[in-house]
Amino acid sequence: MANGTGAPVAYINARLIDPVAGTDQPGSLLVGADGKIADFGSSLFASGAPWGIETVDCQRHCLAPGIVDLRVHTGEPGEEHKETLDTAGQAAAAGGVTSMCVLPDTDPPFDDASLIEFVHRRSRQVRLSKMYAYGALTMDLQGEQLAELGLLQEAGAVAFTDADRPLGNAQIMRRALYYAKSFGALIVHLPQEPTLSTGHMNSGELATRLGLAGNHRLAEAIMLERDLRLVEMTGARYHASKISTEEGVEVMRRAKARGLNVTCDTAPHYFALNEIAVGDYRTFAKVVPPLRGENDRRAIVEGLRDGTIDCIVSDHRPQDVESKRLPFAMAQPGVVGLETLLPVSLELYHNQHMTLPAIWQRLASTPAKLFGLPGGRFEKGAPADLVLFDPDVAWVVDPEQFSSKTGNTAFDERPTQGRALMTVVDGRVIFRDARLWPPG
Amino acid sequence: MPRHLLGIEGLSVATIAALLDLSESYIDTSRSVVKKRDVLAGRTIINLFFEASTRTRTSFEVAAKRLGADVVNMEVQTSSTRKGETLLDTAMTLNAMLPDALVVRHQDSGAVNLLSQKVNCAVINGGDGQHEHPTQALLDALTIRRRKGRLQGLTVAICGDVLHSRVARSNIHLLNIMGARVRVVAPATLMPTEVERLGVEPHFSMKSGLKDADIVMMLRLQTERMSGSFVPTVSEYFRFFGLDAEKLRVAKPDVLVMHPGPMNRGVEIDSAVADDLQRSVIHEQVEMGVAVRMACLDALVGGLRNFDERTADAGGMH
Repeated sequence: MANGTGAPVAYINARLIDPVAGTDQPGSLLVGADGKIADFGSSLFASGAPWGIETVDCQRHCLAPGIVDLRVHTGEPGEEHKETLDTAGQAAAAGGVTSMCVLPDTDPPFDDASLIEFVHRRSRQVRLSKMYAYGALTMDLQGEQLAELGLLQEAGAVAFTDADRPLGNAQIMRRALYYAKSFGALIVHLPQEPTLSTGHMNSGELATRLGLAGNHRLAEAIMLERDLRLVEMTGARYHASKISTEEGVEVMRRAKARGLNVTCDTAPHYFALNEIAVGDYRTFAKVVPPLRGENDRRAIVEGLRDGTIDCIVSDHRPQDVESKRLPFAMAQPGVVGLETLLPVSLELYHNQHMTLPAIWQRLASTPAKLFGLPGGRFEKGAPADLVLFDPDVAWVVDPEQFSSKTGNTAFDERPTQGRALMTVVDGRVIFRDARLWPPG
Repeated sequence: MPRHLLGIEGLSVATIAALLDLSESYIDTSRSVVKKRDVLAGRTIINLFFEASTRTRTSFEVAAKRLGADVVNMEVQTSSTRKGETLLDTAMTLNAMLPDALVVRHQDSGAVNLLSQKVNCAVINGGDGQHEHPTQALLDALTIRRRKGRLQGLTVAICGDVLHSRVARSNIHLLNIMGARVRVVAPATLMPTEVERLGVEPHFSMKSGLKDADIVMMLRLQTERMSGSFVPTVSEYFRFFGLDAEKLRVAKPDVLVMHPGPMNRGVEIDSAVADDLQRSVIHEQVEMGVAVRMACLDALVGGLRNFDERTADAGGMH
């Protein structure tokens, strides 16, 4: 097996999912001794397995670029009891994620260049999925004073965000966009008008029944409209994260139609769940922004299908039991997602909303392109960051089996289909599902 | 009978009717010279109150004592920053003392549900956040039923701060289940989102909301909502949403006025109306409160066998 010894490996008899070419066809892929993709395609090794090099028979399972996850919270530094970069790396590997962007809302937050370097250093030590760090957009994520975007970028920050904290002050947002523009930096924002988002779940009938303060769904469209005006004004690069409402999708669709160069993402819980999941005060489904109505869920699926939504992120946010076993209003928001990102995204395929290459554009090639990361695509000379997965194998989500330190999933006991059999980074196997692979 | 009484939502007509019937029998007990029964003799009831309350706690305490139970009152003061943290620990600790029932009040919606999952005894919701206050709705229903002879077909107007009111939610559920016609009357800022989906008719003026009403239930306006962004001032609120004789004129001549207490006189209700013995049943509500709580404790803790026999024919008991 490919184990990072530096020898070439041929992956034959695979179903190649190429998100850039948009193809889903039988073929093979050759990883060079340098850990890069040497060749791939349907005609490669068509006349038989190559002699003299290590060969992996993929048994017609899907071979795709590894997932590039743009939105991962960890607990390092500051809350290592929830997740370390090590355990996040293991969870990512098990979930077929080969690159992840770590959010800056740690303690201390990534508003200092040394912390960006820290993440990259730890990433090299952990040697699992590649880790990239966001820089904070404002100092201490307080939304008041700009962080040192230039220095953070020099240290390797891939984009700038205040994570789950929306920037309510329009003047500071305007300056942040202008300032970032001078460095060509990308700003990632959670578009939720904060004064309309002080509640704990989606506003509506269910919140009224449960007696919980609601967050109005239009908080998203209102903030998005503001942001898009500011983007037009400044010409900066902007990416909206975790679109959760029908109106949010519509605002993005219109912006793209009039040629604005903006992008956005959503997370599996917004296209696979709705607010019913928090009925009975289920804090494990408490997320930011909150799960919305069924109409919104359908609109998110449609936005993914027609390309209005560019990326799918896990929005992985580990929380220990003590942060969740509380009255709903007191409980911390967030779900772990690295290990359910692939199977829940595959529901879009099984439900015939999208093809596998289209899903992999959202999961791998587009996010890599937006953030300027090396993986996410099949290309000669690109790093061999790969996931081999069986799209059909049925299993039931069980947080006890997670590699993550915490099990705060909203998908507990969900019957699902598809999982990663093997995950490869730079040609090295970083994960293998011992029960399923190799078969027999 | 369900093991707990966490809310009215989801209860059947039969369960509610049976609880009201049982409550009736305890009105007589309470009006006797010797008020004490031995239905719950030797049983332990703990009143666990995370939110200060004198009236409800006293009512539960009197109810439990009249049934012969031993009652322990626990008031847990929680600091605002870490509140909730001790909820499950407290629950487990008390559970280890093997009480027969916990009566719990908590400032957070859903806290009582959460606690009920961790204990082996019966749990009665004494009010959780803005979610439910089931015994209040039962005592209101008992008061109405005794005065009007029925609940079905009555027009009930629930007025005031519906948004933040657990009393309103429990009453909406109960009155709907029992076939009454429910209106809610409030300024739009104090009206819950999509409240009509709970089966009520929203009204934004007292005039239309109270027209031909059989019952007017006033809600308490919490001090912290009195000024600021919910309503501008107390005087404006009273002018448009406070109940006075003038506004009550459009209701039925035999209208009953109710209030869960404590009242803010001159804020949501005028003294002349509150003290009008012809129409105000506010003190009767308090008396019914004890009877209803006796019935709930009996049904959940003590008289399970009696209760099941009595209601087996009616169905709906699990």
